[in-house]
Amino acid sequence: MLSPALVIASSFAYLLLLFAVAYWADRRAQAGRSVIANPWTYALSLAVYCTAWTYFGSVGRAASGGVWFLPIYLGPTLVMVLGWIVLRKMIRIAKAYRITSIADFIASRYGKSPLLAGLVTLIAVVGIVPYIALQLKAVSAGYALLTVPGGVAEAAHWSRDSAFYVALVLAGFAMVFGARHLDTTERHEGMVAAIAFESVVKLVAFLMVGFFVVYGLFDGLGDLFARAQAVPQLQQLLRLEQGGQFAWAQWFGLMLLSMFSVVFLPRQFQVMVVENVREDHLRRAVWVFPLYMLLINLFVLPIALGGLLYFGPGQGNAENFVLSLPLAAGQHALALFAFVGGLSAATGMVIVETVAVSTMVSNELVLPLLLRWRHLRSSGGQDFTRLLLGIRRAAILGVLVLGYVYFHLAGEAYALVSIGLISFAAVAQFAPVVLGGMYWKGGTRLGALAGLLAGFLMWAYTLMLPSIAKSGWLDMGFIAHGPWGLAWLRPEQLLGLQGFDGLTHSLFWSMLANVVAYVGVSLWRAPSGREASQALLFVDVFERTAGSSPVFWRGRANTQDLLRLCERFLGAAKAQALFDGYAQRMGVRHALALRPDARLVQFVETQLAGAVGSASARALVASVAEEETLSPEDVLRILDEASQIRAYSRALEGKSRSLEQATAELRAANEQLQSLDRLKDDFMSSVTHELRTPLTSIRALAELMQDDAGMPQAQRQQFVGIIVAETERLTRLVNQVLDMAKIESGHAEWHVAPVDMRALVQRAVATTAEVFRERAAQVQVQLPDEAPVLQADPDRILQVLLNLLSNAAKFVPSPGGRVQVRLVPDAQGVTVCVQDNGPGVQPGHEAMIFDRFHQTDLGVQVAHGTGLGLPISRHIAEHFGGRLWLEPSAQPGACFCFWLPRQAPSSGDKNP
Amino acid sequence: MTHKILIADDEPNIVISLEYLLQREGYAVLVARDGQEALDTIAREQPALVLLDVMMPHKTGFEVCQAVRADEALQGTKILMLTAKGRETDVAKGMALGANAYMTKPFSTRELVQKVAELLGETPA
Repeated sequence: MLSPALVIASSFAYLLLLFAVAYWADRRAQAGRSVIANPWTYALSLAVYCTAWTYFGSVGRAASGGVWFLPIYLGPTLVMVLGWIVLRKMIRIAKAYRITSIADFIASRYGKSPLLAGLVTLIAVVGIVPYIALQLKAVSAGYALLTVPGGVAEAAHWSRDSAFYVALVLAGFAMVFGARHLDTTERHEGMVAAIAFESVVKLVAFLMVGFFVVYGLFDGLGDLFARAQAVPQLQQLLRLEQGGQFAWAQWFGLMLLSMFSVVFLPRQFQVMVVENVREDHLRRAVWVFPLYMLLINLFVLPIALGGLLYFGPGQGNAENFVLSLPLAAGQHALALFAFVGGLSAATGMVIVETVAVSTMVSNELVLPLLLRWRHLRSSGGQDFTRLLLGIRRAAILGVLVLGYVYFHLAGEAYALVSIGLISFAAVAQFAPVVLGGMYWKGGTRLGALAGLLAGFLMWAYTLMLPSIAKSGWLDMGFIAHGPWGLAWLRPEQLLGLQGFDGLTHSLFWSMLANVVAYVGVSLWRAPSGREASQALLFVDVFERTAGSSPVFWRGRANTQDLLRLCERFLGAAKAQALFDGYAQRMGVRHALALRPDARLVQFVETQLAGAVGSASARALVASVAEEETLSPEDVLRILDEASQIRAYSRALEGKSRSLEQATAELRAANEQLQSLDRLKDDFMSSVTHELRTPLTSIRALAELMQDDAGMPQAQRQQFVGIIVAETERLTRLVNQVLDMAKIESGHAEWHVAPVDMRALVQRAVATTAEVFRERAAQVQVQLPDEAPVLQADPDRILQVLLNLLSNAAKFVPSPGGRVQVRLVPDAQGVTVCVQDNGPGVQPGHEAMIFDRFHQTDLGVQVAHGTGLGLPISRHIAEHFGGRLWLEPSAQPGACFCFWLPRQAPSSGDKNP
Repeated sequence: MTHKILIADDEPNIVISLEYLLQREGYAVLVARDGQEALDTIAREQPALVLLDVMMPHKTGFEVCQAVRADEALQGTKILMLTAKGRETDVAKGMALGANAYMTKPFSTRELVQKVAELLGETPA
């Protein structure tokens, strides 16, 4: 046994530590270094799912049902792994519309209905209070086990009950750290940090007990299971079937229930959605949270088996094994730490749950009633922020006291597990309206009310009433025989449905009633304008961003009134800051100069919603503005306008883009024209140069002869010879310039005929034979036995050949020049190469030589070229669908080749 | 005294005619076939006047002119640019680079002789 003083001191020391953690985190947040803006903290805070029920109850369940403790943890794992897309959407919606609780979420979706919010809050309170009681019971039971001989708690008077004081301390904590500021969409940094801390404590404590049982009391897992196998009563715990048929329906029902709970329990919604700092923290939580649950469940079965073996089957309360095993083994320190672990599991749940439920109670129940008083709603410049915080704190205290009272009255009646599951089943009623609301635009307010009501009543009748009856407060007769003796109304075999356990049976009927009522009533009446608009905002949340989302509001408002409204419910300083920030974003200098348009009204309403919930915010805004009711047609029209505006702006963007493109194209065309102009200018300049050069010689020599009548005959003869040659050069040049111009402008005449390339090459070589002889150069011709006949202009092809040959003749050394002409046919056409042993083309000039008037830059001017030969030749080759190029690998010397296809590509080109 | 004149042109026929013309006028004539050769000859022979073609291989007349003007030892060298490119920008460029005179091809032999004499400070015959 431990002394009560020690246990109480440890407990309160632990709670003090919790305060310190929360205080530290709040200070850090104020300094701008948030500890909860961290995916680990987020993932750990989700583990508030694991309450005292997990800590103590799982072992109890495992001790009686083997693996049946598992579905409660497999469900959340499935949600995290498979359902994270749904969670992400939920988080996005909650952030966009400043949702404060699950009740607010549902009410906001169905047209911001206060009635719906109130109903959800009521269901939550009814469902959750027993659950809070369960936590207090666990703490109380644990305390009794540690301190009272025999471990049986006496029904202590509340003033001497440690659980009562624990509840008070927790209320204090929740008031300080959970109702710190009015805007609940601002995070409760301290609270979340404390919860994450508690998650670590309870995990470590549970694992330590697990290790102690497996390796301290027994000789490892193998030993433990081997010994369990040896006991017939324990043997069946290790089987899935538990002696009979495996109850698939029950397994599935439990999993479904836990899947809903991990999302819709008010505390889970609080930490998962409302306190979420960044959407992508979810990515980490998706595997950390399931891992956490795996770890905390690792030793459940071993501890259960260990306890059963240690105390003997049927001896000792299995729900206390976590404490009783270390205690019985004399490990007092471990027992105390295990108790602190259980305490942390309980307190974490109680704190978050009360904060979440009190937000709902104050925003959705108390505030709407207060707003019915006219003077509260409209007139007066009072500041309501203190009042609102007061209400919220009172609600926290109220919920906890309610939980304590429930514990005191009903605490001994149920086992821990059954209380938890009853709560789960109540909360599961939110699932159809929430999920339907997120993905189905057809759901209406009436449908949601009907669904929730039907599900809740069915839950109360088939689950709550029987459990109350079983605790002896009601006559069991109506369970066994049905009310008024009507057997088909028996709560646990409704309409004769048998074969399920009570929970699965209730889940089946309540869910069926819920879904049928929700869908049926929704379909019966078309949604109103407000319902339709909220449906759009929820279902299409990912398609709407702040800038382009439609504003479903019409009416007249006054900026001054809106500001005053904000001041009253958010505080003067905060309201002013909000308005100034908004004005700045709108580009307006002063907040009061803002136009009171629909967007401003929506902004104010959203800000208020963060403090008082969307339903109350709606009522408050309606009280200061003259509003018109929107019909569903209006909603469609506004949506249409918004999408039209989006389309217009997209079209405008597109237009301006295409304008830019057109401008760029014009600029490019202009540049091209300019460069063509420059090219033409250069061409003219080049032609002039080429004409003037021979003219210079001709004129000078002619003048010399003119001036000097007595010039020797030989001299005169030389000069006349030069003049003739230069005139020839002039003629050639003029011809080629004209030729080039004709080809380039497409006016050249092409006489297409069959061309025998063998004969043509031979003719070209014969024509240039004289030139080569003069330069003492050898010409070697390689012809195949047969060459294809091409369709081309023979004169033009000859022109190309002559050009290449005369170029070669110009550049070969004299004497010693060697020129090789090759003709190579292939499948598609024929290639002709002219290789010389001259100096070759200078590196870097390979492309330039095909430019007009580019003449090779040689030390010696070998011969007169016009600088047009190669460009004209290339044009000719290309005209017939071939090409002309400088063979790059033919060093030393130059090797020009051209390839022509057998058939020119299209006949239309031949005579343009 | 006999002035030395360098003809720098890559067109052999123009060289032939200019050589004949200037020899007839009694000058000592040197010939260069490209820009580099022209620069080498100028440095070596220090001619009084250079008839400098613009479009030449290896170094253009402009480059030769610029190099000569940059050389302190060659400051006395007169330069008469000859070009077949008659555009005004070409003329302006030549003069800016320090040529003494400029003539476009084809030129009148008489005018050329006169210009040469002028540049060499002689009274034309």
